[in-house]
Amino acid sequence: MSEYLVDIKNERLSFFTPVGEVKALNDVSIHLREGEVLGIVGESGSGKSVTAYSLMGLTAHPGKLVGGSLMFNGHQIDQMSDKEMREIRGNEISIIFQDPMTSLNPVYTIGNQIMEAILLHTDKNKVQAKERAKELLELVGINEPLKRLKQYPHELSGGMRQRVMIAIALACEPKLLIADEPTTALDVTIQAQILELMMELKDKLGMAIIMITHDLGVVASMCERIAVMYAGKVVEYGTADDIFYNPKHQYTKGLIRSIPRIDTKEHERLIPIEGTPVDLLNPPKGCPFAPRCEECMKICLREMPPVTNFGRVHYTQCWLNQKEEMEKGAANE
Amino acid sequence: MAKYIAKRIGLAIVTIWAVATITFFLMNMVPGGPFLSEKAISPQATAALEAKYGLDKPLFQRYLTYIGDALHGDFGDSLKQRGRTVMDIIKMKFPVSARVGGLTVLVALTIGIPLGCIAALKRGKFLDSLISVVATCGIAVPSFVICTLLLYFFGVKLMLLPTVGLSSWKHFVMPVMALSFYPTAYIMRLMRSSMLDVLGQDYMRTAKAKGVSGFLILFKHALRNAILPVITYVGPMLAYTVTGSFVVEKIFTIPGLGGEFISAISGRDYTLIMGTTIFLATLIVIMNVVVDIVYKMVDPRIKLK
Repeated sequence: MSEYLVDIKNERLSFFTPVGEVKALNDVSIHLREGEVLGIVGESGSGKSVTAYSLMGLTAHPGKLVGGSLMFNGHQIDQMSDKEMREIRGNEISIIFQDPMTSLNPVYTIGNQIMEAILLHTDKNKVQAKERAKELLELVGINEPLKRLKQYPHELSGGMRQRVMIAIALACEPKLLIADEPTTALDVTIQAQILELMMELKDKLGMAIIMITHDLGVVASMCERIAVMYAGKVVEYGTADDIFYNPKHQYTKGLIRSIPRIDTKEHERLIPIEGTPVDLLNPPKGCPFAPRCEECMKICLREMPPVTNFGRVHYTQCWLNQKEEMEKGAANE
Repeated sequence: MAKYIAKRIGLAIVTIWAVATITFFLMNMVPGGPFLSEKAISPQATAALEAKYGLDKPLFQRYLTYIGDALHGDFGDSLKQRGRTVMDIIKMKFPVSARVGGLTVLVALTIGIPLGCIAALKRGKFLDSLISVVATCGIAVPSFVICTLLLYFFGVKLMLLPTVGLSSWKHFVMPVMALSFYPTAYIMRLMRSSMLDVLGQDYMRTAKAKGVSGFLILFKHALRNAILPVITYVGPMLAYTVTGSFVVEKIFTIPGLGGEFISAISGRDYTLIMGTTIFLATLIVIMNVVVDIVYKMVDPRIKLK
């Protein structure tokens, strides 16, 4: 048994489309202990969701794992059959999706949809499952749970539906909850409520959370560990403090620069990261961020940068960091 | 619900009245009449016949008389089939067509829905292409061609099935096959496209993420959502199918109602034209209400007002 609940090593995943192989994940390594909260940030198409879905065996067609190892709680996920995966899904790993408006089946009651997971993964009978469903609705802060159980998704608001989604996810007390941009489709006040609820439930139930988002504010307030992804790679990994106060990778620095700040002068412009994300159909030979990087060097375009470690947790994949560390090392000697 | 049904019945009466009125005047605008024939009938005889059936009266007066009688449930005597009322003809022939038509709808649903689902699940694969080709043929090939092919192979070459009448279950095989080709193909295509749509929905991913098995995902989560367009189609289709098909009934010599629609028009059998048209209109209106109610049962988002 490894010390980690989630241990993804060198995952490579590609989508085999008619026009060619899209390398969505390139050597991704992520690990997470029980009860920890990991934030994965990055722009659209950087591989955040693909990483999380592959852990649940939910990779959409025509995606395929081409390398690496995925361990979860002692299970070798990448070696498991679909039937074995089904026993883990919704039971040991659960997920909350981005859009609560479309994530619930419109033709079944809330009760039916919560009880489905309970009946599937536990020995409870219908009466007990209903009782559990009622408890879950109370747990996620929905009032009049008995009435809600009989209602259909279209009778509830977006915030309520996301609470129901959380209730479904928590039905079997998972060890890991994946939250795929859980607040993107909600308005700001509801966002705060949902995040608060998730943190509260995490403390109560002791589960680990992988929080996928492009909202740096969300990760700053919730996550202990942060992985910054770019073009299917983890370009920087560290604690929240490392990432926000001591960012090393140029992409992370750019992301943080582009957040609006409360103390910004009125007419001051935000600093965007120029350029567009790389085409994963034809990824460059060198660092994928090089074409957009202000500090790009010759070697960046030629070769993939190696991992540079800064202490026990914090690491980046950047030639500039590598060069600086080497110079530092040379100066110390 | 009671209020809804009352409202729908009111609307149904208006619809049927409108159909009856339009049909009545259109049919009288068509040249010719029921008593024209190759054999010369004396003008006196024609006048006597017209007087007997009230055809000598002004058009509007005839309309009022007809509607008045119809409201009392009297749809008149057939002008061509002496001694039979329109109701007699419908009562005698409708059950025959309804049996063939009912079976046709059952066959179309039991074959069309599963094949449509399979095509959607195997999208882009060989099986999907095969089903699509069969469906396109089913829609494009007219029923008389199918009837002829069936007759030739099963009736003449293989001598497996009887070709005339409806006296045993074997007699039903060919007419039902011929009739169900088109609706089966249509349902297959409807089912395929709506299933593809549903399979891409977020809630399917949610179901999968809960650990639901592939079988349950399809039958519990997808089918109930995907079947809605099929219900819409099957309602009116059922009304048309149970009232018979002219071509198929003619080819297999089935004494059904389908032939009456056509022969009534070609013979200017005014009362029978009105009777069969009102009958079909009523069936369609009823089926539409049934579709609405079934829709409401399948999809709770629908409100019947």
